[in-house]
Amino acid sequence: MVALAAPLPAEYGDADQNGSEPVIKTTGLRMRYGPVDVLRGVNLCVYRGEVVALLGPNGAGKTTTIEILEGFRKRSAGEVRVLGTDPEQGDEGWRARLGIVLQSWRDHGKWRIGELLAHLGRYYASYSTPEHTRPYNTDELISLVGLTKQANDKIAKLSGGQRRRLDVAIGLVGRPEILFLDEPTVGFDPQARQDFHGVLRRLSDRGETTILLTTHDLNEAEKLSSRILILAGGRVVADGSPVTLARQVSSRSEIRFSKDGLHYVHSAEDATSYVRALLGQYGRGIHNLEVRRASLEDVYTKIVQEFESRNVKRTPGRHARPNGRRRHAKPVTKVTA
Amino acid sequence: MLSPWGISLAVLYVLRKRPVPGTHFSLSVQSIPGILGMNVVFTGLLGVAIALTMDREDGTLLRAKATPNGMLGYLIGRVTSRAAMTIAGLLIILIPAAFLFHGLHLRDFLSWLKLAGILLLGLMATLPIGAILGALFSNAQSIGIISLPMMGLVAISGIFYPITALPGWLQRAAQEFPVYWLGLGMRSVLLPNAMSAAEIGGSWRQPEMIFVLGGWAVIGFLLAPAVLRRMARRESGSSVARRREKARRRQA
Repeated sequence: MVALAAPLPAEYGDADQNGSEPVIKTTGLRMRYGPVDVLRGVNLCVYRGEVVALLGPNGAGKTTTIEILEGFRKRSAGEVRVLGTDPEQGDEGWRARLGIVLQSWRDHGKWRIGELLAHLGRYYASYSTPEHTRPYNTDELISLVGLTKQANDKIAKLSGGQRRRLDVAIGLVGRPEILFLDEPTVGFDPQARQDFHGVLRRLSDRGETTILLTTHDLNEAEKLSSRILILAGGRVVADGSPVTLARQVSSRSEIRFSKDGLHYVHSAEDATSYVRALLGQYGRGIHNLEVRRASLEDVYTKIVQEFESRNVKRTPGRHARPNGRRRHAKPVTKVTA
Repeated sequence: MLSPWGISLAVLYVLRKRPVPGTHFSLSVQSIPGILGMNVVFTGLLGVAIALTMDREDGTLLRAKATPNGMLGYLIGRVTSRAAMTIAGLLIILIPAAFLFHGLHLRDFLSWLKLAGILLLGLMATLPIGAILGALFSNAQSIGIISLPMMGLVAISGIFYPITALPGWLQRAAQEFPVYWLGLGMRSVLLPNAMSAAEIGGSWRQPEMIFVLGGWAVIGFLLAPAVLRRMARRESGSSVARRREKARRRQA
């Protein structure tokens, strides 16, 4: 007998959210810079405790969206509610319930980590309630982001990855109900990225903070988030868990194996019966069996390509960065068994 | 911060024997109060302006914006620390000067009190203007541009030489700005009364001084909140990133 791990819930991450009010909701959100429409009617909902990744090509309006939600940018049109409040009207009490981590902070270089967290934490103390105490305990927060050893270091001395984890700690210092992360791992080495993902997972396990992050990194989105929104051409073009999105694009799986020293790749609607038949027929002749559903990368590329081919005349956004990383689907040589 | 003041003190010490024209009073001693006034403008006004642009560039200001009441806390902190540095700068000049030169009125409590009053008025006249300039200029480099006309303003404001030696139109121009009046105010407290003979109208003109500095303070306090609010409103992650990118290209 083979021991089986507990089965995963079929649609995990896509749990029925109808019962609760969304903590973030936009309807028909539009943003126009001069002649360029960056957002053309974004509708999105984020529910309490979710970790949602906002994906999209450069210039798709990810940063603009997140800045509007943070109350840092005035929108051109549409309805926006963050924690029940229009961000443009958000007061300091509303601000105290948000945590913000942006792309390029280098501030307070002369301060020590512990000092700065304690100092910034004091701003939140007056918004503390018996049910939701603020701010975070400084030592606990430092250990959450894995900077205990550096707690007394000057901030300017931190490495890029450490600095970013400090930024997250600062974002969390007021124990926010929503944490916004704008491309948190750009420029990280793999180890720093791993550490950072650890921090976010620990945080989402606690379940008290809703996280909305933007990223270019599909693996990151897949690893961290319970739900993915793909933004292209100023609209949300896909919304769902990584698994649902994969199904939406293609229900086919890829089966790879080798037989008699030759490698085969086969694409099948029902991978399970295919494999059953394959093994029934050849038994021990089959080696290196691998079954793979469409990866998020395939899904993403397909969705964005489909979208862009429909909008060939799309004007590039003002924020388009010409040197941005581009991702291509991995080339696969098709061999039919 | 110490060294420019150290240099100016050294220069003044060397020149201490040269008299103010028509008197037996040392020109160096006559200059010291004006230098104190100049310190208020440079450490205070220019300091606030530079700090604001730099804090926008590195994201300090955005951090403040992301924190509840952070902007208010930030501004209070910045203004207080600048005011403290201005006071420190004043003492750094005044204390050695008291030992090196003779003729400054520092013996009685009343002149210290008056000095404090003029300093306070001077800070109120200059710090809000500094904040406004800091909010209007987009980066630390461009703020360097305003220090140039400021030097010119110092040159015509009778800091190192009595203003009465200048042509009338320059005198009138200088009297529109706080540098001259701060210097005059400081002189009125620290120099013997007889020295007022070297001033415009042969008087310390204290009521006019209070009026002009007070006027600048009123203008500053009226404009600063709106300008600062506008600056805060326009602050966002992408604006910090853009400025940073610009700074990076400048270095490259």
